[in-house]
Amino acid sequence: MRWMWIDRIVEHEPGVRLVAVKNVSLAEEHLHDHFPGNPIMPAALIIEGVAQTSGIMVGAINNFKEKVLLAKVAKVELDRDAQPGDTLRYTATLDRIDDAGASTMAQVHLRNNEDGDDWQLIGEVDLLFSHADQNMSGLDLPEENFVFGDNFREILSASGLRPETV
Amino acid sequence: MTHDEIQAKVAEVLEAALGCDEDEIVADASLTADLGAESIDFLDIVFQLEKTFSTPDAPFKIDQGELFPEGILDNADWVKDGSLTDTGLAMLTERMPHVNFEGFDGSVSKVGDLITVAALVNFVEIKLNATAA
Repeated sequence: MRWMWIDRIVEHEPGVRLVAVKNVSLAEEHLHDHFPGNPIMPAALIIEGVAQTSGIMVGAINNFKEKVLLAKVAKVELDRDAQPGDTLRYTATLDRIDDAGASTMAQVHLRNNEDGDDWQLIGEVDLLFSHADQNMSGLDLPEENFVFGDNFREILSASGLRPETV
Repeated sequence: MTHDEIQAKVAEVLEAALGCDEDEIVADASLTADLGAESIDFLDIVFQLEKTFSTPDAPFKIDQGELFPEGILDNADWVKDGSLTDTGLAMLTERMPHVNFEGFDGSVSKVGDLITVAALVNFVEIKLNATAA
């Protein structure tokens, strides 16, 4: 299983914002347990999708040379469930960045794909990322950039982002 | 900006970054020991202080290691047997003018506790005054 919780990057303004979409599908195994008879995309996986969207935006700023790790979920507000057939859109914007890390803000929109339905703002997720090599605190991290590895290769290539380190 | 205004804004930043209650944010509360701050929270606090105190004319930029010197433990001139040497303590005192070292026993394990709410307010005030000068 690939730990990818976005399907496509649809917009990228380097260092400013990155937008990705996620189609929620009944083929996703976990939805049959969450919950039986009432499939709902777990909020934790929406946060993960936002983290991937925001993390790619942060990583792209330094051409994916930094190991960008999610360090803190500063704020989460989600007002509505996402169900199979819905499309989620994560719009991440850069708040601040320096050598040590970055903070990001994101909006979560949902479209249920019925006729006439428009994007509806359903939440906000603010995150903090650490540039791991700058904050190792004695940890011995591997040389290769394990953050933007195989998992991300296809989605980055498809969106025209070609990290030097993968 | 007055001392009280700075204090109020610093308290807002700490409430947001650490999720602590207003009444916990007292002058001598240590960010780590009393308010539960972890290392990544300091990055959050630094970012929020920069945002809070920056103006279009005067950006408020905190460099890495400015609030808290880095690499102290790796330096044999500064640390010996779990305590700061005289040289180490002199370095820390010089590089952390915002901190009150009274009662500090030089133990390395307690260096992190030196950043109190009052130290953070002092830090901002010193920086703002330096910018204004």
